[in-house]
Amino acid sequence: MSAAKMNVRVTDVVEVNDLVKRFRFERTDGELMPTFSGGAHTVVEMDDNGTRRLNPYSLMSSPTDRSAYTISVRRDDEGRGGSLFLHNHVKAGMEMVISNPVNLFSLDLRGRKHVMIAGGIGITPFLSQIKQLSAANQGNFELHYAVRTPALGSYVDELTSQFPNNVHVYYDDQNQAIDVEGLLSGQPLGTHIYVCGPKGMIDWVLAQATAAGWPENCIHYEEFLAPEPGKPFDVELAVSGKTIHVSEKQSLLEAIEEAGVDAPYLCRGGACGMCETNVIKSDGEFVHNDHWLEEEEHKSGKKIMPCVSRFVGKTLVLDR
Amino acid sequence: MGIEFKKETFRGDYTFSNSPEAMKRFPFPFDKDSYMYAVNMEPHTPVREGSVYYNSFDVDEHYVSEMADRAMVLDEDPLRCQSLPHMELHGWDLLELIMVEKAKDYPDLFQLTRDGDKWHWVNKPLGIDDKFTFMDASTLPYGPMEYITRQTQGDFCVLDQREDNLWMDAGMVTTQADWSLDFDIGMNFFEWHAPVPLAHEKGIFVRALKFLLNIQQGAPARRLNWTMTVNPLLDTSPENYHKWGIQKTTLTPENVGKKQHLRVELQTFFRLPRSNGLVFPIRCYLACLEDITKFPKWGRRLHRVIRDLPEELATYKGFIDNRPMILEYLSQFDDGAETSPGVWPED
Repeated sequence: MSAAKMNVRVTDVVEVNDLVKRFRFERTDGELMPTFSGGAHTVVEMDDNGTRRLNPYSLMSSPTDRSAYTISVRRDDEGRGGSLFLHNHVKAGMEMVISNPVNLFSLDLRGRKHVMIAGGIGITPFLSQIKQLSAANQGNFELHYAVRTPALGSYVDELTSQFPNNVHVYYDDQNQAIDVEGLLSGQPLGTHIYVCGPKGMIDWVLAQATAAGWPENCIHYEEFLAPEPGKPFDVELAVSGKTIHVSEKQSLLEAIEEAGVDAPYLCRGGACGMCETNVIKSDGEFVHNDHWLEEEEHKSGKKIMPCVSRFVGKTLVLDR
Repeated sequence: MGIEFKKETFRGDYTFSNSPEAMKRFPFPFDKDSYMYAVNMEPHTPVREGSVYYNSFDVDEHYVSEMADRAMVLDEDPLRCQSLPHMELHGWDLLELIMVEKAKDYPDLFQLTRDGDKWHWVNKPLGIDDKFTFMDASTLPYGPMEYITRQTQGDFCVLDQREDNLWMDAGMVTTQADWSLDFDIGMNFFEWHAPVPLAHEKGIFVRALKFLLNIQQGAPARRLNWTMTVNPLLDTSPENYHKWGIQKTTLTPENVGKKQHLRVELQTFFRLPRSNGLVFPIRCYLACLEDITKFPKWGRRLHRVIRDLPEELATYKGFIDNRPMILEYLSQFDDGAETSPGVWPED
């Protein structure tokens, strides 16, 4: 089971700054886009010169605007190629396939106040969440947004002019930093914190909040892991009776799909749990990179999340 | 469609009955001659035109009378419908889902016209014609969830999704198999299922929750559940146990065929797009043993299932004391012949 797909046309590509481009998608059948909730993402399918890439991107448009979806993509020159493909090859007029929205980072609607902490391109899920909150007049939010330089601050101008009292921007090149400790100490009861950004930032905020005694269920974060490259390895798929090779820059899930085996997935970033796969036999070391399995499960050698995790060793047989 | 809506009661004189056409589409829940809990979920996609699995929300001959019964239950006990403060958005999601689907599936009965947030809803069987502003609860006579579920058969559990769990934070529950929304409101998935025997040990709820958390927009799922009810009672709630519990003692070998009903729940699961919650409609179908056993395959199979059901389950489902009498009645329809796989009566 994976999210249903839609055929879309790219109707606009806008360079937001040196690193970020914005893409707008409309359905080719002229129908409306499905409604979604703030924080949802879509999985964009790409045919990158024969390599199939499926990458999740947060929807940044208003959840109530059903005419189109928009995403913003930061170019990652060191990455495996999905963002480079979008930046270099995707032009207005092209047809693509994207998934129905999936939300792994939704607002806790019980929150009396929402404190959002964003780093760089981690701003995107907050853009739709802020639109959802302001449309429903539940505008009690605060955004703390760290960017490298004014030139690289995506959507800073829009946000500060629309929500001058709610948005706080911090520039790295001016040595400004979010005072997480101070921020967390002054919040009223019923406040929820949301973090999206680089791993270091998420870990820092989680550690600070935990140390300050914040309840776990009031802290929310989203981090899409890109599959890490690694040494190539071979895998036996017991159910389909195939042996596959996972190359250096490919994820295990991608290699399974390339072999024509239908495997379930949703986020492709180690978060949702959908692609969880049973290990039948193994002789070697797992490289677990997901947020989904419990530590015990990682140690057990009985389960793997093929979207982000890898294997080093002699034999790996999967129940797939 | 040309559904002829019956005027009937589910209390007092119990004039409820199924027409032969309704029996042909009864969701008999057993696909083999034995029963044990399983997650048994499948995609809620149309199966066999005319069956209860064909439309998103099935409307049948009992619609108008079931809605009248719901109104009576709510008059006596308003707490059968509750929605915690953060659940209004979920209510709008549900209202939209039901209106859009019913207007699409039953255009002669329900009509929805939308001009931006100005909506016009016509429900012909219930004689409702309302104009309102979407997302503005002050323009409806009830909150959005209550408004639409007073017009839709089945109970509705409206669930909030957070902390990798589901929370029973709103619902309309008037046709339930002995559980209470007022008791369960605010509970999570494991808490509200705590009384179910055997299934926890089998790890069923852990797997079921994982499945439900991943239900996607536009890709609903369904499963069946069942129990036994004496008399065609929709409202078998704990709140009214003093009224219906005692009726279980009125069963005799002479009346068991007419009085003992198989109660089947068609449970469906839909992702709610704006709130990222889930709605879990539980639609109740009742049929007396006499009507079920008119289908030879169903008669044979029901006898075997009830006979071999573990004692814990017969106790939990509330018919352990009447089981011998039910079996005595059903045994006359079981000649020992083989039954074909699957739920359909004629296959």
